Amino acid sequence: MARIIAGVGTSHTPAIGAAVDNGKTEQPYWQPLFKGYEPAKRWMAETNPDVVIMVYNDHVNAFDFKIVPTFALGCAGEFPIADEGWGPRPVPVVEGYPELAAHLVQSLVLDEFDMTICNEMQVDHGLTVPLTLLCGTPRAWPCRVIPLAVNVIQYPAPTGHRCFRLGQAIRRAVERWDEELKVVIFGTGGMSHQIQGPRAGLTNPAFDKAFLDGLSENPERLLKIEPLEYLREAGAEAIELVMWLIMRGALGERVQEIYRFYHIPASSTAVGNIILESR
Amino acid sequence: MSVPHHEEAYEDIPGTWIFDAQRARLGYPLNEFLYSLMKESNRKAFLANEREYTLKFRMSPEQREGVLRRDWNRLLELGGVSYALAKLAFTDGKSYQYMASQMTGMTEKEYVDMMLKGGRSPEGWRTRAERQGKR
Repeated sequence: MARIIAGVGTSHTPAIGAAVDNGKTEQPYWQPLFKGYEPAKRWMAETNPDVVIMVYNDHVNAFDFKIVPTFALGCAGEFPIADEGWGPRPVPVVEGYPELAAHLVQSLVLDEFDMTICNEMQVDHGLTVPLTLLCGTPRAWPCRVIPLAVNVIQYPAPTGHRCFRLGQAIRRAVERWDEELKVVIFGTGGMSHQIQGPRAGLTNPAFDKAFLDGLSENPERLLKIEPLEYLREAGAEAIELVMWLIMRGALGERVQEIYRFYHIPASSTAVGNIILESR
Repeated sequence: MSVPHHEEAYEDIPGTWIFDAQRARLGYPLNEFLYSLMKESNRKAFLANEREYTLKFRMSPEQREGVLRRDWNRLLELGGVSYALAKLAFTDGKSYQYMASQMTGMTEKEYVDMMLKGGRSPEGWRTRAERQGKR
């Protein structure tokens, strides 16, 4: 049986990818951030999952506004890297797992989560930056990746409560897959940040800490955070944190916190990283 | 379970234009223009003759002027979404951080320094009333 053994929460700030791609990781601005991700990177190498389910959002790259899917699952065999406006990131093409993805779609739709099926899809920094942070700069990514793109750009985004329940349904679906697989699920984006308007640059470390604590100790509390509260308290783009609740929902009731890191800034973002193992 | 439908409250967050379905509707042609800048050939064509290139898209005159003047906040108000606007900044060879600094009325250096000091506190920025009180 396939099992979701752990979850990773991490920011996916594009500037982090650019810092790696342009050899800036040792610069004073970036050094503390990359140092802070070292333990997570080691954990990832030791854990060596077969499959990563990457919950992320597209940033007007795979999807323009012709179609805006709330939940879109990447069912392709591979996912090319998008040119977001400055050329594609020089990272390996992402290898998918079409058979397992098709199973997930089938299971999730019957569980009342309407997934948009993507048989062709480019992936952007939302997906590649977390891989870079946790896997470094290999010639090929060390595992297969199933992208799960969530609309958090056009409001309203799905509620935290619904995201959590989607995570629970993903866990059930994975456990029905008859193959010995270690699966790690990522929830990405956030933490507090706003990158638009005169209020840009907003961060809220207290909100972020409470969110990380909640993931670890009491996720039910986080499900009560209303969409407006994310926006007001933690910035217009902090709504991305609902994607971390899909990750948390997929871990089952009991988790053990393995690692946590928090840092301001990466560009305009408060960066967070947490690793939770299912118990 | 349902949550309050407080679209009107979006407008109560100062210094912010929430990209909801109504704003997305208005911004659609503008965002399609911005999306086209993902292609190198389109970036070149736009920079070669900005006004002519923008005429291919059914933007409003206000949206077109906003593009030509790089009036970022006006473009947010007219339905541009920040991630799409970033493609215009990248086409200009600028960073996301530069665009954000322009939106705040700071220089890029002032903005970067604010972020290095931990960013902008939400204190005084939660509601319009709170903002008024701070001024």
